[in-house]
Amino acid sequence: MNTVLVANRGEIARRVFRACRRLGLRTVAVYSEADKDALHVRDADRAVLLGPAPARESYLDVERLLDAARRSGADAVHPGYGFLSESWRFAEACARAGLTFIGPPAEAVRAMGDKTEARRLMAAAGVPTVPGSPGPIADAAEAVAVAAKVGFPLVLKAAGGGGGIGMARVDRAADLATAFATATRRAQSAFANPAVYVERYLERPRHVEVQVFADAHGSVVHLHERECSIQRRHQKLIEESPAPNLAAAIKDGLTEAAVAGARAIGYVNAGTMEFLVDAAGGFYFLEMNTRIQVEHPVTEEVTGLDLVVEQLRVAAGERLSWRQQAIVQRGAAIEVRVYAEDPDKNFLPSPGTIARLEVPAGDRLRVESGVESGSVVTVHYDPLLFKLIAGGADRDEALARLRAALETTVVEGVRTTVPFLRKVLDHPDVRRGVLHTQMVDQGAFR
Amino acid sequence: MPEEIKAHITGVVFQIPTKKGDKVGAGDPVIVLESMKMEIPVEAPRAGVVREIKVQEGQTVQEGDTVAVLD
Repeated sequence: MNTVLVANRGEIARRVFRACRRLGLRTVAVYSEADKDALHVRDADRAVLLGPAPARESYLDVERLLDAARRSGADAVHPGYGFLSESWRFAEACARAGLTFIGPPAEAVRAMGDKTEARRLMAAAGVPTVPGSPGPIADAAEAVAVAAKVGFPLVLKAAGGGGGIGMARVDRAADLATAFATATRRAQSAFANPAVYVERYLERPRHVEVQVFADAHGSVVHLHERECSIQRRHQKLIEESPAPNLAAAIKDGLTEAAVAGARAIGYVNAGTMEFLVDAAGGFYFLEMNTRIQVEHPVTEEVTGLDLVVEQLRVAAGERLSWRQQAIVQRGAAIEVRVYAEDPDKNFLPSPGTIARLEVPAGDRLRVESGVESGSVVTVHYDPLLFKLIAGGADRDEALARLRAALETTVVEGVRTTVPFLRKVLDHPDVRRGVLHTQMVDQGAFR
Repeated sequence: MPEEIKAHITGVVFQIPTKKGDKVGAGDPVIVLESMKMEIPVEAPRAGVVREIKVQEGQTVQEGDTVAVLD
């Protein structure tokens, strides 16, 4: 492995280039016409134009990406997150083209991408899953039969995709038939797959996930947990590690289940097992993300390990450089995501040109940014502008550092989540670490 | 009185679920914009009949642009 093409843009492309430079690897950026002046293009040794701004004609176009790899002499591809990172077809196409895909085997991506198949595999490996239908349900009558066992409230979910799209909560049996029809139609339009399954609806659960890492030689380790309960529309806004006020027994259960699950599917490289934890301490497998995650820096700050460098090493066939006993959490770290969205208008997108950008710098403060003053934020891509990550000897210290950093953060020209994030960090429940996934939607931070 | 329906955000026209002559109710989506991976409906401000759709799928519209006219 000599030259790595990053099939992505923004802060994650820059993050991967940094890891490549640490290992002395050459770097190739790809970009759309809208991104010709983007920071990630300037960061790389070479840059290849993919095509027009719409993602399906650029960052989602497999043929153009493979062609860019050929033309630039790349022998490996890092998919980042989003775009094609969880497309097993892309992983397979890279392998067929003789390129090292820096991620798990295509088969693992495929198995975890099908959410009912993922649940079935995890349940078989002894990982607890939310009570529900064993697979997609055929019709409203089957939904009624399953509901009798699962109980209300329940939730209908699309089998073909995640992100909360097409999810519908159902409180009464009388509403089931209509809800099933709606969920099926939404699943078809969003994922070209009408399959829908049933799960028990958990009240005020926490989202706690476990970072796992595996090599191709049979070693699987975990890098502890991340708490990601502060979400809006099932998209995370704030992540931290360790998870506050999580009983040691639950934490041990989560990490053991995560490692067992990854081992059961022959997983390789970095992955995240996501769980919901209910008030009674029960935990349930939600899904597995077969890629590096937006919030990986939180884990890096508390473990002192570089996850992206390790991804490159493991993809090159090396053994994991860490032993489980040596992976320990020191202190705490918290991340906020700054999106070009208007929190006063229910997080509507806010495209435009960043007239002024000032991000703080300091000890144990990390900025991962894809933009600078003058950057154009287009309608075509994810609205993430940058992430701020603060570490500390304990959670209070990390929180105080992050709060101070947000106070001096200035973004002009587009609306951002910064004012909202300040409110969240000031909230008494957040300060004492009592969190659940419905806080934003229930208006706790208005 | 005809009434212009304006886009409340900048985006790309993702879907046009209505056509000229359709009856719509207040709050019905007249067109759907896509912006930053989100689908955002532009809704009819009141009940009426669609007199004209002024955009096409795939077209970029700016905040404040007229996307349709309601009779």
